[in-house]
Amino acid sequence: MNLVPNLLLFGRVLRAAGVHVHRERMVDAIQATEWIGVRSRTDLRATLCALLVHRQEDLPLFNEAFDVFFRAHGASGLNLPLFSLGERARIVTRRNAGAPHRLDVEGPESDAAAAAAFALGAYSTVEVSRTKDFADFTAAELEAARRLLMRWRWQPGIRRTRRWQRSIRGDIDMPRLLRRNVLRGGELIELPRRVRRQAPRPIVLLADVSGSMHRYSRMLLSFASGLTRSARHVESFVFATRLTRVTRYVAASGGHRIVSRMVRELHDWGGGTRIGDALRAFNTTWARRVMRHGPVALIVSDGWDRGDPQHLGRELARLRRRCSRLIWLNPLLGSASYEPLTRGMQAALEHIDDFMPAHNLQSIEDLARLLRHGNHRHV
Amino acid sequence: MSRARLSIPSSVDALQEVLAGENYIAERGLAVPIYLALRLRRPLFLEGEAGVGKTEVARVLASALKTTLIRLQCYEGLDVSQAVYEWNYPRQLLEIRMIETAGELDRAAATHELFTETFLIKRPLLRAIEETRDRAPVLLIDELDRADEEFEGYLLEFLSDFQVTIPELGTIRAHEPPIVIITSNRTREVHDALKRRCVYSWIPYPDFDKELRIVRSKVPGASVRLARQVTAFVQELRTADLYKAAGISETLDWATALVALDRDVLDADVIDETLGILLKNQEDIDSVRGDRVSTILARTLA
Repeated sequence: MNLVPNLLLFGRVLRAAGVHVHRERMVDAIQATEWIGVRSRTDLRATLCALLVHRQEDLPLFNEAFDVFFRAHGASGLNLPLFSLGERARIVTRRNAGAPHRLDVEGPESDAAAAAAFALGAYSTVEVSRTKDFADFTAAELEAARRLLMRWRWQPGIRRTRRWQRSIRGDIDMPRLLRRNVLRGGELIELPRRVRRQAPRPIVLLADVSGSMHRYSRMLLSFASGLTRSARHVESFVFATRLTRVTRYVAASGGHRIVSRMVRELHDWGGGTRIGDALRAFNTTWARRVMRHGPVALIVSDGWDRGDPQHLGRELARLRRRCSRLIWLNPLLGSASYEPLTRGMQAALEHIDDFMPAHNLQSIEDLARLLRHGNHRHV
Repeated sequence: MSRARLSIPSSVDALQEVLAGENYIAERGLAVPIYLALRLRRPLFLEGEAGVGKTEVARVLASALKTTLIRLQCYEGLDVSQAVYEWNYPRQLLEIRMIETAGELDRAAATHELFTETFLIKRPLLRAIEETRDRAPVLLIDELDRADEEFEGYLLEFLSDFQVTIPELGTIRAHEPPIVIITSNRTREVHDALKRRCVYSWIPYPDFDKELRIVRSKVPGASVRLARQVTAFVQELRTADLYKAAGISETLDWATALVALDRDVLDADVIDETLGILLKNQEDIDSVRGDRVSTILARTLA
């Protein structure tokens, strides 16, 4: 029986479908199938799954690939002609392309590229005003500002971790004190000290990309990208009516294209913004995984909310309890005549720590200062 | 010294049988990975929501294999002195005082005497490889996602050669590697390098039949009718949009509570009164209490 070649081929199919299969694991898988046998599909599935998959998000892909590969053939399915398997494998691959990482260049990206080409020459000569609203920027200014934001050196505040490190200040390091002095009969000649190690605070960015935020969306992405590149732990999400995690893409090369595409897809769902729903989705699905170590949460939104303000308030209150500082950046706040009168914004105000504009470079500088020096609640 | 090696069930069926003997229901999707981990002598990496019985796997397995269970609970800042070993300094100091009092302090001999096993506090990882002098134990590394990355790095090394080096004593090696079970609630991603060395299994919430069997076997006092209703209600509740779904232990606690209250059937009032056993989050309780309880109950009883 062609068991081994078929298993190896299945490994390749999985890899092509985007599952991270480690080469060494194939050896285990071959060994294991000898013990388990290939009589039962359930057992074979469980065996290959336990050895070749190590991420929960890969499980659906694995199951799909398994079904296709060992389709209705039971044990004899292991003798399937390689040709047909290869053909099916390509289908699996294409289906997986729904995960947005090999998308074609199109739409806004091409005018971004044009702007970039235009700005390339102009870049050094364009002086970007620190107080001019992003929405009024010319293409050249936008490009210059974008570069500025991409290179921005963010310094998120620091937090104390639970881990100790040696220091010349701080508390007496009892274990070390004893270890160093035990052989001197317990006479305390040295007094080693220790402090809690410090680490940068994580940042969680929740960006409203609904229609009303359109004028700011490109700057917003540059902001997210620059932030992710210079601060170590940044999680980014975009939302309109639905919430999507974009952490992996914002800082990647070509990530802009992907995020722009995702933003367009979010728009396709239509229906305006429901900030409360987006926050609820965040609180239930993601908060447990990304809100660790007292992060700073940044919400960027103009506060035009079509949902229930009470609902928004509840979710904000919940979010606030899990972060060390909750900052709401509202581009509209930059305009002198703006008053946060929308019901959503009204409901939000009582739950947020800071309400700041985010419409020009000056306001970004203010934010940088706040992140670096601001006080943080202990969480 | 004769060592009784672990006897590992010879097939998946045999494994299911011994687990069933411990009152633990493991379907093939879980029994196969456990079996493979035992055969391949690889750590078993269990992921799943809180309360699906990950920790229970280790407990039951140790009992089924008639060996000891050693548990390391992870937390942020966990370090070698808490996970592996630590010298018992206070005792060493006392010992020095006693030697001094006896007036026979010989520096070289004292050093030698002070750093012996008598003064060593063995933490779970060291115990796990020491125990193997007798019979390989089950080592449970619980909630690894709570520990920080530094510890993960150490663990990676530990799991590849099962040895611990103590500068003052030398290297201690496992005769027989322990059976390692690592659990994670997935509050963060554990590094792939570690997961790759393991047999991986995702434990979902049980389906109705499995959960009913669990309730029936763990809460024998509940009538068949009550057990069915409780299970159906919890299953339905898990599909509701909540911050924190009820785990299996909550189902069991609830069933036990209802039995204690002499209940034989569910009604909206008793659910309202006891909802705090199922849901541990005030917002969740508020959002479910009242109308939604009645709706879910109606669907359950339908």
